Amino acid sequence: MEQKWVVFSLEENTYGIDVQSVRSIERIQPITRVPNAPSHVKGVINLRGVVTPVIDLRLRLGYEEIDPTDETRILIASLNQGDAGFIVDRANEVVESDEVRIEPIPESSRDMLSAHLTAIAKGEDKLFSLLDANALFEEQYAE
Amino acid sequence: MDVNEYLGLFLDESQEHIQSINTQLLKLEQSGGADVVQEIFRSAHTLKGMSSTMGYERVANLTHEMESALDLVRGGKKESNQLLLDTMFIAMEQMEDMIANIENGGQGANVDVTETVAAFQAFIGGKEVEVEKTSDTSTFEIDLYTNSVIEQAKQTGFEAFQITVKLSDAVVLKAARAYMVFDRLQELGEVVRTHPETEEIEQEQFDLSFDVLFLSQETAEVIEHAIAQVSEVERVEVTSFTGTTDSEPEVAVTAEPITQEPVQPVIAKEEQKETKDGKEQAAAQAQAKTIRVNLERIDRLMNLFEEFIIDRGRLERLADEVGQPELNETVEKIKRGTNELQSLVLTLRMMPIEQVFNRFPRMVRSVAKEIHKKVQLDISGAETELDRTVIDEIGDPLVHLIRNAIDHGIERPEVRLQAGKPEQGMLSLRAYHGGNRVFIEIEDDGAGINVDKVRAKALERGVISDEEAGAMSDNELAMLIFAPGFSTADVVTDLSGRGVGLDVVKNKIESLGGVVSLETVTGHGTKFQVSLPLTLSIISAMLVQVGEESYAIPLTSILETTLLDEADILTAHRERVFDFRGQLVPLVYLKEMFGIETETKSQFPVVVVRKGNKLVGVVVNDLIGQQEIVMKPLGTYLEGIPAISGATILGDGRVALIVDSNDLF
Repeated sequence: MEQKWVVFSLEENTYGIDVQSVRSIERIQPITRVPNAPSHVKGVINLRGVVTPVIDLRLRLGYEEIDPTDETRILIASLNQGDAGFIVDRANEVVESDEVRIEPIPESSRDMLSAHLTAIAKGEDKLFSLLDANALFEEQYAE
Repeated sequence: MDVNEYLGLFLDESQEHIQSINTQLLKLEQSGGADVVQEIFRSAHTLKGMSSTMGYERVANLTHEMESALDLVRGGKKESNQLLLDTMFIAMEQMEDMIANIENGGQGANVDVTETVAAFQAFIGGKEVEVEKTSDTSTFEIDLYTNSVIEQAKQTGFEAFQITVKLSDAVVLKAARAYMVFDRLQELGEVVRTHPETEEIEQEQFDLSFDVLFLSQETAEVIEHAIAQVSEVERVEVTSFTGTTDSEPEVAVTAEPITQEPVQPVIAKEEQKETKDGKEQAAAQAQAKTIRVNLERIDRLMNLFEEFIIDRGRLERLADEVGQPELNETVEKIKRGTNELQSLVLTLRMMPIEQVFNRFPRMVRSVAKEIHKKVQLDISGAETELDRTVIDEIGDPLVHLIRNAIDHGIERPEVRLQAGKPEQGMLSLRAYHGGNRVFIEIEDDGAGINVDKVRAKALERGVISDEEAGAMSDNELAMLIFAPGFSTADVVTDLSGRGVGLDVVKNKIESLGGVVSLETVTGHGTKFQVSLPLTLSIISAMLVQVGEESYAIPLTSILETTLLDEADILTAHRERVFDFRGQLVPLVYLKEMFGIETETKSQFPVVVVRKGNKLVGVVVNDLIGQQEIVMKPLGTYLEGIPAISGATILGDGRVALIVDSNDLF
């Protein structure tokens, strides 16, 4: 079956997330901080009347926090626990499965990230890791 | 078939049918009636069909037996009795449990229905009603006129016969043969009625047989012999006509012959009337057409609409700045339109509380029966509308209060008689609107709450001190029954022994934004009052500013707001407190609680909030003002964040968090 991924960047690294689970891609907008929430939770936004939590994916995946730029986007994902937003540096493109080969994650790079990674997608001039968005959420209290 | 797709529909409809059966069963118990039986039968039939389609065999099995039993009653083959009624009530309770199980993902196999099924089968296999049997064979529906003719004829020595004539298969001229039969009959007596009608017989509009209602002084044998002589008559049956019974002369006297209503026993006439009423009701129901809409869709509509309202605000501001008259006019029109739309959208989630109240008559009946009390339930205001979410949640607390009223409030019949009260206790259930709240009252005319006993127990359990007890009014003392771990029941009955206290009821009601209070008069009864917000989602709140952040504090928890000077702060047990009308009240700094970097001025506002009779002063930077806000959940992901109960969207589109002041204590 044909699959598609929304591909986005954090620093120099690119990640892909199943297009089925992405509701929309939003520009950065005012975020209300939620006191005493986990640090990677930036707060909540008003997404067309629905109060939606927003996660800084940089913090979640162990990158350094940066100030938002013109390219910063919030990927709104539909997850088991409801909708949530992921702040990413840049949303690049949508890649279809016939453009890439799916390979397992190399043993050598099994680090703290790999729990959220399902596979590596390789193509001509393309290389990105596939993220399991639900896993990013479900583990947050287990940390 | 993907049954999941239909599960929601199945659950909704089953609940409706169970509800309807319950209502009809109560009606049947009180007044009986063929149309009521018919109604129950129909619902049972539908339930059976739905559940077997969905593969819930136990549900289908139970309804099948119930349907079969009802079919016999419906067809007049058996008479309904108390045992059957009780069995049906039990069956409905079991059905409810099974449906609830299915709703929670089960297969509806959580209840053992063998006994109930056996009870139905016993009924089905039991002796049939004999009275109806003879008239069963009658093909004649006798109107009052005919009936009186028969009665009169009988008094002058005539007998009524029902004659069935069957012509031979080879008959060529049916009408001619029939004519010959009638010709013979004319010589022997009088033809009262025929079936089919005489005209139809003359036009050959009948099969091979026809029936005649005949009055004659001759014997059956003579008549039979006379007809049998007509050629091509294959068979003649002459039986004495017993469609008339002894009670019927009364009917004939009281009813006007012109109405031509079919004659049935006296009771049946009342049923007839009820059927008419039933039809009228059905007509009235049909007028209010409804469709089922997924609650999620309505919520989405409301979300979108709120977003729209916010944009309208922006549009208004922009139009103001531009100052173009035509633009202003258009914006004004939009504003009026949206205002109407807003009130309409808010009513979409409203439902009559009837849905909750409907289950109480049966419950009261069974509870009262269980503990041998006599209770009459009086319900009013069932049409009062409430938010769907409140409707879903309020059932259990009300059940508890009602059980409590029957169990502890209303006395046993002999005690009531001694006290000079009617044997039957009165339980009133009322709902009505008041302001933007809905009130539900449960009032009994029982013994009232024994305040002395409550006081003694409260002292014994250390719920209150001696001093406090002295300062409390009777109603305040009575309210202690809602305190955790409190129970005044002398005898542990099945009802009160279930380990759930009234404190759970109170908590539940409060979680819905409601308040419960009571009034009690010893010897005269108790009234519980539950007041609930009209809609769950809209609350009045005080918006406060701390640094760059805005928070909303629900008005219901605010006692008042006051200004405080740095110098007014005292320290007690290393806690900052201030003197509030002679009471030392602890201070909570929102900036510390929420980790906000900001400087507090030397004079600052304090919002005094209460929880029960405890007070806390919440220190903020600024009071923005009071506002109606729409409460929104933070979502499962952020559930459990301390001191935050939800969020709301402000006029500028930003999200403000709602402070849960209960967590500040």
